[in-house]
Amino acid sequence: MRMNSRFSYLIIKIILVLAYGFVISSCSPKDSESVASKAASHVTIKNKGSDTIVNLAQAWAEMYTGVTSSVSVEVSGGGSGTGVAALINGTVDIANCSRQIKPKELEQAAQNTGKVPQEFIVGYDALAVYVHPDVPLDKITIPQLAEIYGENGTITQWRHLGIKHSSCPSDKIIRISRQSNSGTYFYFREALLGTDRDFRIGSLDLHGSKDVVEVIGRTPCAIGYSGMGYATSHVKMLEVATTADAPYYAPTLKNVLAKTYPIARPLYMYSLGEPTGAIKAYLDWILSAEGQKIVEKLGFVPLESN
Amino acid sequence: MNILRKKSRANLPFSETAIELFIRLCGISSILFVFGIFFFVFREGAGFLFSGLDVKEFLTSVEWQPTSLNNKRYGAFALIVGTFSVTILAMCLAVPFGLGAAIFVSEFCSPKLRETFKIIIELLAAIPSVVWGFIGLTLMNQLIIVVFKAPIGLTMLNGGIMLALMSVPIIVSIAEDALKAVPDSYREAAEALGATRWQVVYRVLLPAAKNGLLAAVLLGAARSIGETMAVLMATGHSVNIPSGPLSWIRTLTATIAAELGEVARGDEHYQVLFIIGILLFTITFIVNLIADLVIKGIRQES
Repeated sequence: MRMNSRFSYLIIKIILVLAYGFVISSCSPKDSESVASKAASHVTIKNKGSDTIVNLAQAWAEMYTGVTSSVSVEVSGGGSGTGVAALINGTVDIANCSRQIKPKELEQAAQNTGKVPQEFIVGYDALAVYVHPDVPLDKITIPQLAEIYGENGTITQWRHLGIKHSSCPSDKIIRISRQSNSGTYFYFREALLGTDRDFRIGSLDLHGSKDVVEVIGRTPCAIGYSGMGYATSHVKMLEVATTADAPYYAPTLKNVLAKTYPIARPLYMYSLGEPTGAIKAYLDWILSAEGQKIVEKLGFVPLESN
Repeated sequence: MNILRKKSRANLPFSETAIELFIRLCGISSILFVFGIFFFVFREGAGFLFSGLDVKEFLTSVEWQPTSLNNKRYGAFALIVGTFSVTILAMCLAVPFGLGAAIFVSEFCSPKLRETFKIIIELLAAIPSVVWGFIGLTLMNQLIIVVFKAPIGLTMLNGGIMLALMSVPIIVSIAEDALKAVPDSYREAAEALGATRWQVVYRVLLPAAKNGLLAAVLLGAARSIGETMAVLMATGHSVNIPSGPLSWIRTLTATIAAELGEVARGDEHYQVLFIIGILLFTITFIVNLIADLVIKGIRQES
């Protein structure tokens, strides 16, 4: 009898746990259900790719539901490469890319789907160089960054930059980087080292743009790079100059638009073939003043024409 | 006997035959899956493994530069060292705690407390690894910085603690089963001879449950070697030969997880990631083989 009551006690516990899980999980199915029922009678645009752009793409998708109720946009991240791969497989309508598509990928897409991807520049992204606010440094040059990050680089300690960093006892610069296939990684490497030199191994390769800023905010010894839009109050952005003699520019909207800030790049969207119908309307809206307003709101740089 | 069996089979109703067939298929399928996975992983990696890859460089060089534009280098030595060091560290933490908890739960605590403990330990096993990774990235990171005055908390120690927390439930539940399986007559005999409770555990139960305890430890270790998401987030994911628990490292599994998503299919880099998969297969195979041999050795001894 005692055994029995203990058993039923266990069963009750299990039921409670399951019920708890069900309550939590039942919140999301409701949401997706409504999306699904909407999608059944409307057009759904599938949009996938760069993690740099994913927040922006999501903001566009949300705003666009207010513009027209007959189109919904499904956005997912995964990286520029993932987006292009999906485009090649023909499983998405628009791929987001923080780098330009490679000729090989264009060819594969054309072979696989019979349509040539069309390129749209939808905004600009400035990569900011982040450090902890305790670092007594406000400016850095591209050659210095190259020596910090590049193979056989000569700058490994903060004192090599001519500063005394008292809140980093070891004085060793901790390099924060991104996983080696992210668009951000490729772009930063190219901007610093060109195509001939690689990054030195031993950097901390984090998985997302946000993680980089988050970790630097907790690590006085660290330096890292990430999109300008990811800045928080826990980190400091450095002013960057192309050479020691050149003027330094802060990663601001103004400097990016004036093309004076050295580490800025365009953000791309690729459609499969010449866009038509709902996809064309969506891309046009993104490029319009209204769409570009959101670009600025999320910390990216809108197109000049606006 | 044989005749009887044949006879009874002939008389079996169809449903029984069907069920027997189904169960047989279930048994065979596990073998098929293992060979199927091995075949697939091997096929994807084989082309580059036998022509092009410098195997010596792969196993001994620390230069992991798969996305270099001009000078691609595939040296996985740092990743191998990373995997082993974090697993060993995790086992150093998890084995004493896991076996200790198992002994406590099975021998020392009251039945009521035992039920509660078991439920909580099973809940611990149900926490997804990405949640552990997140805890490592935020909470444990900060804790290691404060406690050890480390410049950054995303270290081998962080990953080791996360892996230990993940493998403790496995070790506890299997080790507890092994201890439970020791017949009560052993305990009674030892106590009748005047042994204290601790002497019973140390002299009688542990030797009697040796095989099961070893299996528990090895399954915990296998979980650690194979774990991906938590180590990807907590260890710093840095190609680096560790000099101590506070160095950052990168593991074989995390490398596959981080890079496979964005490589072009059939590419050299893609194939190297599959070769890492073959390497992981080989490592687990060797671990299992050693376990088998050890257990066999123990059996023969007794």
